[in-house]
Amino acid sequence: MRYSLFSVLGQALRGQRDWTPQWRDAAPREAYDVVIVGGGGHGLATAYYLAKEHGITNVAVLEKSHVGSGNVGRNTTIVRSNYGLPGNIPFYERSMKLWEGLEQDINYNAMVSQRGVLNLYHSDAQRDAYARRGNAMRLAGIDAELLDREGVRRLVPFIDFDNARFPVKGGLLQRRGGTVRHDAVAWGYARAASDRGVDIVQNCAVTGIRRENGRVTGVETSRGFIRANKVAISVAGSSSLLAGMVDMRLPIESHVLQAFVSEGVKPLIDGVMTFGAGHFYVSQSDKGGLVFGGDIDGYNSYAQRGNLHTIEDVMEGGMALWPGLGRLRLLRHWGGIMDMSMDGSPIIDRTDIGGLYLNAGWCYGGFKATPAAGFCFAHLIARDEPHSDAAAYRLDRFATGHIIDEKGMGAQPNLH
Amino acid sequence: MRIRCPYCGERDNGEFSYLGDAAPQRPDGLDASAEAMHDYVYLRDNPAGTIRELWYHASGCRSWLVVTRDTRTHAIESVEPARDVARARRSGEAA
Repeated sequence: MRYSLFSVLGQALRGQRDWTPQWRDAAPREAYDVVIVGGGGHGLATAYYLAKEHGITNVAVLEKSHVGSGNVGRNTTIVRSNYGLPGNIPFYERSMKLWEGLEQDINYNAMVSQRGVLNLYHSDAQRDAYARRGNAMRLAGIDAELLDREGVRRLVPFIDFDNARFPVKGGLLQRRGGTVRHDAVAWGYARAASDRGVDIVQNCAVTGIRRENGRVTGVETSRGFIRANKVAISVAGSSSLLAGMVDMRLPIESHVLQAFVSEGVKPLIDGVMTFGAGHFYVSQSDKGGLVFGGDIDGYNSYAQRGNLHTIEDVMEGGMALWPGLGRLRLLRHWGGIMDMSMDGSPIIDRTDIGGLYLNAGWCYGGFKATPAAGFCFAHLIARDEPHSDAAAYRLDRFATGHIIDEKGMGAQPNLH
Repeated sequence: MRIRCPYCGERDNGEFSYLGDAAPQRPDGLDASAEAMHDYVYLRDNPAGTIRELWYHASGCRSWLVVTRDTRTHAIESVEPARDVARARRSGEAA
């Protein structure tokens, strides 16, 4: 079924009784050309672009739980392409461009809202670093504006400009950045991929990867063995566990990141704002809740829940920037498991095992990358060569010294 | 999460900072191969389950500790001074 103004109005007149399921809940078949492990945003986008761009539709997406239960539903929904390093800039800008055309492309309302992303700076040195990053973006044709204090005041007059320790001196604004309804991204890609013939198999956990003569032959799952010519791993925080099934160790640690939503209030802030002196980012959802987050907890975890110390740290960052937040109550918070890589940048690459591909290491920036990660991963799987926009995301870059360390933190995953 | 420091007793984990997996041992820089150094610096087991890891009691006694913890539940099994662990390993190597 195609969604349109007429279908919505027609259903309204019929009491919303005739909506059909948005995608087929498929049972696994015996064999596929490509099996994608992980039915999150990245895995579903990969399946969609495999079908759309490369005509490969004999594809299964295997999800251990239900579609949208992992990190695609556990983030703060922010999208942006304000990166500063050559390996990252073209990739994230491709993602931004795909976001801009996504809803028309997949005929689904993902609530793509380019409400602007504002990074605040609090010192002269930080202004220089932001100016450099903004210039790198503009040289690549991406929008960036360096705002002074008054420019920031026009956008967010309510923050604490004269904080004694962290006075707000200005900000770097990307107006094309914003937020996207994250569940709708998972559902929309699932529906679009399913329409093109992809099998989306839920409650199907991969327990082993079978190989012969250095090549994959399929995956063992909780619903039986499934043969596959190619297996693509796209499982975020569980990447090391999947790699362990073929005796690979990855340059990745799994960490828990918490996110928070306040009670719903009238419109307070229309864009996304980040604190430059701590780690705090905030936007307001269309339901009215403030959605915000900060640092990962900082220790290895697969628990999908974090600890109070980090919650306190995030709130302190928020209160330092925006004291009015203290009047709000926290409605809920949750944790997701991040695949923190050793240089803070992702991996989209082949492995040493024939037919086995890896998409991992997204740290806590995976959501904004969803369309481009799917697009470039599909290209790699279909053609066995990397897409030019993701060519830097090699698995062997740690051995060859071509690391992409946007933050300059070194091989310490909990600092990225 | 609370960590029972052998010197200070049970303390909030906010007092500690985290280094990571305690298993990787730095190879001898004078004769290590590039592969061995790459393994040490970059590759991790990243287990879902029991891990032995290095924590530093920064806001307390400033000791390095080896904490044995389950990454699925955050339950802590044991906490030992890192120096004891290192000494035990060295005497094990010597023996």
